[in-house]
Amino acid sequence: MKTEQVPQDHSPSYSGHKKLLYAVDESGHYTEVTSSGWEVENFATQMAVEDLHQQCLEAHAQVKAGLSSPLAYHMYKHRLDVTSLAQASGFFKWQIRRHLKPAVFRRLKPRKLNIYCAVFSISVAQLTNIPEL
Amino acid sequence: MSEIINHLVHHQSSHCESGVVSNMLSSRGFAMSEPMAFGLASALTFAYLPFIKLGGLPLIAYRMPPKTIIKTVAKKLNIELKTQKFSNPEKGMQALDEALAQGHIVGLQTSVYWLPYFPEDMRFHFNAHNLTVYGKNTQGDYLISDPVFEDVVTCSAQSLQRARFAKGALAPKGLMYILGEIPQNIDLRPLIYKSIKKTAKMMNGLPIPGIPFFGVKGIYYLAKQIRELDKKPSKYARLYLGHIVRMQEEIGTGGAGFRFMFASFLDEASKLLDDQQLFEVAQFTTDIGDQWRTFAIQAVLFCKDRKSISLNHISEVLIKCAEMEKQLQNKLLSLKALA
Repeated sequence: MKTEQVPQDHSPSYSGHKKLLYAVDESGHYTEVTSSGWEVENFATQMAVEDLHQQCLEAHAQVKAGLSSPLAYHMYKHRLDVTSLAQASGFFKWQIRRHLKPAVFRRLKPRKLNIYCAVFSISVAQLTNIPEL
Repeated sequence: MSEIINHLVHHQSSHCESGVVSNMLSSRGFAMSEPMAFGLASALTFAYLPFIKLGGLPLIAYRMPPKTIIKTVAKKLNIELKTQKFSNPEKGMQALDEALAQGHIVGLQTSVYWLPYFPEDMRFHFNAHNLTVYGKNTQGDYLISDPVFEDVVTCSAQSLQRARFAKGALAPKGLMYILGEIPQNIDLRPLIYKSIKKTAKMMNGLPIPGIPFFGVKGIYYLAKQIRELDKKPSKYARLYLGHIVRMQEEIGTGGAGFRFMFASFLDEASKLLDDQQLFEVAQFTTDIGDQWRTFAIQAVLFCKDRKSISLNHISEVLIKCAEMEKQLQNKLLSLKALA
């Protein structure tokens, strides 16, 4: 990549930041160039962010409909899934899948709720409810 | 609260770990560029790890695992690396304060998700992000040199603690590190050839049948996975290809999955050693980087409109990358060290 080929596409995901890339100047040697974004990379990022957002909205609707516990919403809201939430909380995956059921979640002891609160950095009141979107 | 500001040279870099190494060494009076740190650590590689899932998609890495760069560079330059991990977050923060009060600049492993100065779209659960703390202001906020940012930043004690003690895959467990004495008269020259040879030897992957996940073999394997995507739902195919592009470009790689950074290292080495063959290899590595960028463009083209390009075509672009990397390996292995 030559210095003049370094993309400057002002990616919204950079929020005005610039990233450093290495490119070749006229003499054929490497130099540092900052880039405000690449449209190709931005598309991939937005696709991933959009997918996470979609999961979060679906979970919100499921909780509203009484099909999932509020944990489902908070999990996706914090960009986690069952696997990564298991790693972060220390619960087994099957435990988390149980906790995603409203009836089970309602009966959870404060000790278990507090573990989720610590993972998400929120209070018990916030964990057991979901905000209006 | 009294203010602490320790001497630090902040220079923006592409990648967090090589950037931290470069900044920490430069702050201590031993100027080292980011590509040099990356190259000396023989950090370039390729790994496709289907059994490690990130949001349901396989992990794809273009460099050696976290902490390799800092450990290898310290070892090669014969610098003591004092590392500490903590089970108690309060003790971890206390140790950081003490190290700062003693005048050290401190490297930390953190989770990107909990660092408030990151743009919202970049905050994913990645637990192996490195940064350097160089002081604390009167409000008790930490002064941080995050190498991937243009300028230094600040972060509240609460957020920093959260980021240092995030749980999950690659959990940092409060890891902090300080560089010991830096020896006088370090001669990089013999080290450079050795690290290039090491990179070259790793490039073919592991010589064990049935493990096709690393190096050139790994790239062929990924190419095969892409061809087989048409059996999967189209949403999965789009997310999968987008995921590869993000691993290659977004996650601080200096472009093309560290290939440009490695080329920059070879270029710098050729100047330092006055070795023309290294410069020629650097140019070839640039071509490889360009090929990876072409792959990214094609992959995203598929995500935008799947009718405009076939999966086979994308797979072929990637196979070309693998072939070129095989040639690069031969070139690197045939390099003769100048006396």
